[in-house]
Order: sequence, then structure tokens, then C-alpha cells
Amino acid sequence: MAKVSITVNGTVHSANIDPRTLLVQFLRENLRLTGTHVGCDTSQCGACVVHVNGKAVKSCTTLTVMADGADVLTIEGLAADGAPLHPMQEAFRENHGLQCGFCTPGMIMTAVDLVNRKGHDLDDHTIREELEGNLCRCTGYHNIVKSIAAGAKAMAKPA
Amino acid sequence: MYEFKFSRPATVRQAANLLAKTEDAKLIAGGHTLVPVMKQRLARPAQLIDLSKVEGLDTIEMKGRSLVIGAMARHASVANSAIVKANIPSLANLASMIGDPAVRHMGTIGGSLANNDPTADYPAAVMALDATVVTNKRKLKPEEFFQGLFTTALAPDEIITRVQFPVPKKAAYIKFRNQASRYALVGVFVAKRPSEVRVAVTGAGGDGVFRVPQFEEALKKRFSPKSLDGLTVSADGLNSDLHGSAEYRAHLIGVIARRAVEAANA
Ligand SMILES: Cc1cc2nc3c(=O)[nH]c(=O)nc-3n(C[C@H](O)[C@H](O)[C@H](O)COP(=O)(O)OP(=O)(O)OC[C@H]3O[C@@H](n4cnc5c(N)ncnc54)[C@H](O)[C@@H]3O)c2cc1C
Ligand code: FES
Ligand code: FES
Repeated sequence: MAKVSITVNGTVHSANIDPRTLLVQFLRENLRLTGTHVGCDTSQCGACVVHVNGKAVKSCTTLTVMADGADVLTIEGLAADGAPLHPMQEAFRENHGLQCGFCTPGMIMTAVDLVNRKGHDLDDHTIREELEGNLCRCTGYHNIVKSIAAGAKAMAKPA
Repeated sequence: MYEFKFSRPATVRQAANLLAKTEDAKLIAGGHTLVPVMKQRLARPAQLIDLSKVEGLDTIEMKGRSLVIGAMARHASVANSAIVKANIPSLANLASMIGDPAVRHMGTIGGSLANNDPTADYPAAVMALDATVVTNKRKLKPEEFFQGLFTTALAPDEIITRVQFPVPKKAAYIKFRNQASRYALVGVFVAKRPSEVRVAVTGAGGDGVFRVPQFEEALKKRFSPKSLDGLTVSADGLNSDLHGSAEYRAHLIGVIARRAVEAANA
């Protein structure tokens, strides 16, 4: 077993875990944060993307022990329960950026990371390139790209 | 995944000691090759030795005429580094084409080289730029380091600490992606160095990265895409799979090499 202490959405969680535990398992099964999804489990689809120390990573390909001491942000941490949605979430809602919604948490976490890195004025080409590691089986991406462009702009406005 | 123990040393020496004294121990860097392989139960290390907290392994700096990149430098750090962009922009560009943004936040140059996947990108840069792979024990030239499919000269208790890239006069990397995996179906790194031209190919070779001497000689006379007119690469020994036949890959090498020379001259 291995001791870990990880800050998830602002709360410190200490646990004694099997080193085999994937970060996504820890989030979903230990912490019951089931917004982070497992689509492929083979590092391809991006449904499991969360931020570790401010950077988007695939939590199905990261061991929990590798995130020991880190600050993790999941889809649940973007906006508090009952509070208005995060601007990127709101933009997906407004622009029909989802159908079944399975890929959406990963899309949104990837999008927020993209805005953090490349700013608020994103052209379609950049957005499509940056979505290389996120797959959606429903939307055809068009509205996802639209949502991200709008969400990026909305994130520039003071909340 | 099979069970394993996990440790997180603070120095290269500690990591090397752990590696030497534990049977079936393995280093873990970004984990973006090793974790998938362990999930498939294709690897069964008894202990993982995490390099992420080892001091000083992720620095990127110029030392004399060489760009020195620490083994734990993530692909995203290399892609975005002002030092890399200023001195060997083709290398920053190569790093920016590996996988996707999330993969680039985790994957490292040391892990990529130690793995020596025949379709990986970094091996082409190391071979074309005649980089030196520095370990806790010695320095290795590319011809010694790369030993074929997923095979390197690394001893079981050897750790890559950094890679030294001599700055070329001109260089470019062009990657023709496999449409499904986005790894290189054929990737060509061309480098015009003070004394020679090197052309290194990844993705195509059955034994991993290799050089193309007939292209190098022609380009040494004149560094122009035209110099490659009429020259071909034999399909012997090239990969042939559902993504492309050996003949197709051989043809692509010529096409991509021309594009790379053009890009290097641009
Ligand atoms: C979805 C996806 C897409 C990808 N696309 C590409 C691509 O387009 N091009 C490409 O080149 N790669 C690609 N990769 C591979 C990626 O670049 C890997 O991260 C990289 O090959 C391995 O680096 P790592 O740091 O993750 O190594 P790890 O997985 O941690 O380790 C890999 C191996 O190297 C050993 N090792 C690690 N560090 C050292 C060291 N310092 N010294 C000695 N041995 C060491 C480990 O013991 C292990 O055997 C992709 C990966 C994924 C998941
Ligand atoms: S579940 Fe992690 S990438 Fe698909
Ligand atoms: S909305 Fe269904 S997978 Fe993307």
C-alpha cells in the first residue's frame, strides 16, 4: 500500500491505496467524483481529462501515486453546487456542444486548459488541433468547436 | 495491472541504487508508455521507481554550442521552451507534434528514448542531430544507443539523465502521421551540420530509426530538394502493415525527405 495526500477541488484527501490505483479510479471510486469518465481506458479518448497542477492530463494513464502532493481539478470543481455554471460549461450548454454528454467533462477540462495556455481568442483551426486527444461519438465536433470558442471569450469577462 | 511497489527517490544516485538492488524494478517517468503497457499486462515490474521528484532532471539550457535537455523534460516543456525555439526550432516543432496536449504534459524525452518505439519522434532528432545521450554511467552516441526495435544500449540499472544536441546550421522534421494512432507512419529529420548532412527516418524501419546515406551524400553536395531527384530508398527491411506497405513507406521517405529539406531551407 502507499500513502498519498492529494488536493482535489480544493479539499485535501489522504488515503492509503494500492499503488496500482489509477488516478481516475481514485477520483471515481474513492472520492465518488463520477463526473470524470472512462471512455477507452487506452489513452485515446480524453473522457478522463482532469487538471493536475494546472495541466490537462489523462487520468486513466496516470497512477494516483504519481499525483501524490498534487493539486487536482475535476469537472466538479469548476463551479460549486448550485452556483452558476463555469463559463465554459455554460458555453457548451448554449451552443449545443453535447448530445449524450459522455465526452463532455473531458472536452471541457481540455478546453479550459487550452484557454489557460493559448488565451481567449481561439480560431477554429487551433481548437480542432488541440482536440487531437478528445473523441466524441455524437456531435461531429462542429458545435464543440463553437462552444469552446464562445467559452474562451466568456472566460475573459470578469465573473 | 499486476501488483507492484512504488518508490520516489530524490536523487539519481538513490534511483540507481534502488534499480540495481531490486529485481524487476523499472523506472517510471511520464508513464505514458509504461502505464498502458502495464494495464495490458505486457509488463510486470515488481517495483516502480518514479523519477518525477528527482532534482534537476528537467532543466533545458545551452552549454557551449549544445542544447542540453534533461531526461524528465516533458514534451510540452520542450515544445514551448524559448531556449529550444531559439536554438533548434525543429526540435520544439517535433515535440509539439507528439501525441496530444494531455500526452505532452506527461511524456518525457528520456522515457521516449529509453522506450525506442520504432514509430516515436525523438529518435529521429537524436540520430539526425548526432545528439549524445548522457546516463548516470556514460555518454552514448546515437549509433550505439539505438539497438533496434524497442531496444537500446541501456543497462538494467542505467538512467538517462540528459541529452546533448549540438546546434545544427539548418534542420527540419516532417511527420507523416498514421491516421489512427497519430504516431509517425514516416517521419524524416534532416539536419545540415557544419561537417555533414544527416537524414534520419523513423516510423518506417523494422529496426527503428535509421539514416539514408545516399540522401545524405547528395544533400551534402547541394542542400536542396532537387538533389534528391532520381534517388530512391529500398523497401527491404521496411515495415509493412495494414497502415502501409513497405513500398509505400519507401516512396514516402523520398517525398517527406524533400519536404523536410524544403522546410529546413525556408
Ligand atoms: C495517446 C498517446 C499518443 C502518443 N503519441 C506519440 C507520438 O505521436 N509520438 C511519440 O514519439 N510518442 C507518442 N506517445 C508516447 C509518449 O511520447 C510517451 O510519453 C513516451 O514515449 C514515453 O515517455 P514517458 O515519459 O511517458 O515514459 P514512461 O512510460 O514513464 O517510460 C517508458 C520506458 O522508459 C523507461 N524510462 C523512462 N525514463 C527513463 C530514464 N530517464 N532513463 C532510463 N529509462 C527510462 C521506463 O522504465 C519505461 O521502460 C504517445 C503516447 C500516448 C499515450
Ligand atoms: S479513458 Fe482516458 S483517454 Fe479514454
Ligand atoms: S456528446 Fe456523446 S460522446 Fe460526445
